[in-house]
Amino acid sequence: MKPIEAKNVNVFYGENHVLKDISLTIKENTVTAFIGPSGCGKSTFLRTLNRMNDYIESFRKKGKVYINGKEIYDKDVRVEDLRRKVGMVFQKPNPFPKTIYENVAYGLKIHGMKDKAEIDARVEKSLKQAVLWSEVKDKLDKPALSLSGGQQQRLCIARTLAVKPTIILMDEPASALDPLSTAKIEELIHELKEKYTIVIVTHNMQQAARVSDRTAFFYLGELVEYDKTSVIFTHPSNKQTENYITGRFG
Amino acid sequence: MAAIEPELQVLKENLQDMLAMVKSQMENCIRAIAKRDTSIARQVLDEEKKINIQELAIDRDCENILALFTPVATDLRLVIASLRIANDLERIADSAKSLAKVLSEDPGKRHYKWMDDLKIPDMLEVLVSMLRDMGSALRDEDTKPALKAVKKDDTLNDYYKKAMKTTADLIIKNPDDSKSILSLFLMIRNLERSGDLTKNIAEEIVFQIEARVLKHQKLKKK
Repeated sequence: MKPIEAKNVNVFYGENHVLKDISLTIKENTVTAFIGPSGCGKSTFLRTLNRMNDYIESFRKKGKVYINGKEIYDKDVRVEDLRRKVGMVFQKPNPFPKTIYENVAYGLKIHGMKDKAEIDARVEKSLKQAVLWSEVKDKLDKPALSLSGGQQQRLCIARTLAVKPTIILMDEPASALDPLSTAKIEELIHELKEKYTIVIVTHNMQQAARVSDRTAFFYLGELVEYDKTSVIFTHPSNKQTENYITGRFG
Repeated sequence: MAAIEPELQVLKENLQDMLAMVKSQMENCIRAIAKRDTSIARQVLDEEKKINIQELAIDRDCENILALFTPVATDLRLVIASLRIANDLERIADSAKSLAKVLSEDPGKRHYKWMDDLKIPDMLEVLVSMLRDMGSALRDEDTKPALKAVKKDDTLNDYYKKAMKTTADLIIKNPDDSKSILSLFLMIRNLERSGDLTKNIAEEIVFQIEARVLKHQKLKKK
């Protein structure tokens, strides 16, 4: 069973046809990068994978999106359960205005976990997985917003990991960070790949090349090319892909 | 225009210039033999330094492009191919230098006769023709002339094989000059090797333009 399988997905915002017949399968424990110029549909497609577009009134979808074999737009799917399994990390770190501890524990509590020792253990484990534990273990009661941008982003990743997702979607997770914090996030993505399936949207070509196993190039709402990252960045088969990755358009 | 474009253009021009310089070295060796003119041979020796400088310039261009522009796909292949081609060209130029060294020391009538017997001018002509094909391939970004040149390498290999027998015959006939004849044979070995290097350049051009790897095909089939 494939973690992510999209079949002939079309997305409309009102009259605007923003995703055109996208079919794509993503394997387990891989990192897949979505690249393409602004407005190409890569973020829209990413958000389709955990129904983040549901909030947009004019949003309309055709085609099928399967997560772990289940069509996620079926009526019997609870969006809260879906988003627990398919976590999301956004472009700008968005910790809650609470303590570091509360940020990670929040998701666990709303999903009904009550045992303090169990929550403590999960918070510690998640912060360790996000490679943040050693930096925050002595100030868990401090406000999350007192952390640096890079630390805040890793905290958001820890918050996502706490509720045990199988898939993590990342929408330009390092675009607001300095090079050192970016390197830490990339290192983290590499480590998380062992246990999770990761999809990342990025405008940074080198980042896509460094962190991903496969790359999908989107242009004007179409999936132009989807292949191993090593192929896309050495000899892509489509001229548009080549022009984009070599900086000749977009 | 992508920021990398002017840098790549300079790299391409430097590579074409280096190729033209190496071809010119070979052509001057042909003229030096035909005219029995040691001054032309000395000119070849002088020009050698410029070729080495050109190789260093290409190395520097490539290093800068890699460090500052992180090229990918076709751009990356151009940089990789340019590094290898410049290295091959420098070694081809070394062959011209070795030959020019012999020619610059006024080797005498019999030497020129032996050079004709060993088909050295003919080999040089084939090499010049192969290098000319490389120039067209690089300029027009067209693999056809490059692939045409690959076939010409067989002609050089044939000359080399025949020269082995001719060398043996000449040594038997001129035992006192065996050292000089053997040194001429070494020149032929260099020219045959230059053919191989030119073939490598053709393969690099195909790699750059079509992302197709031609070298070591036999190994790949195993």
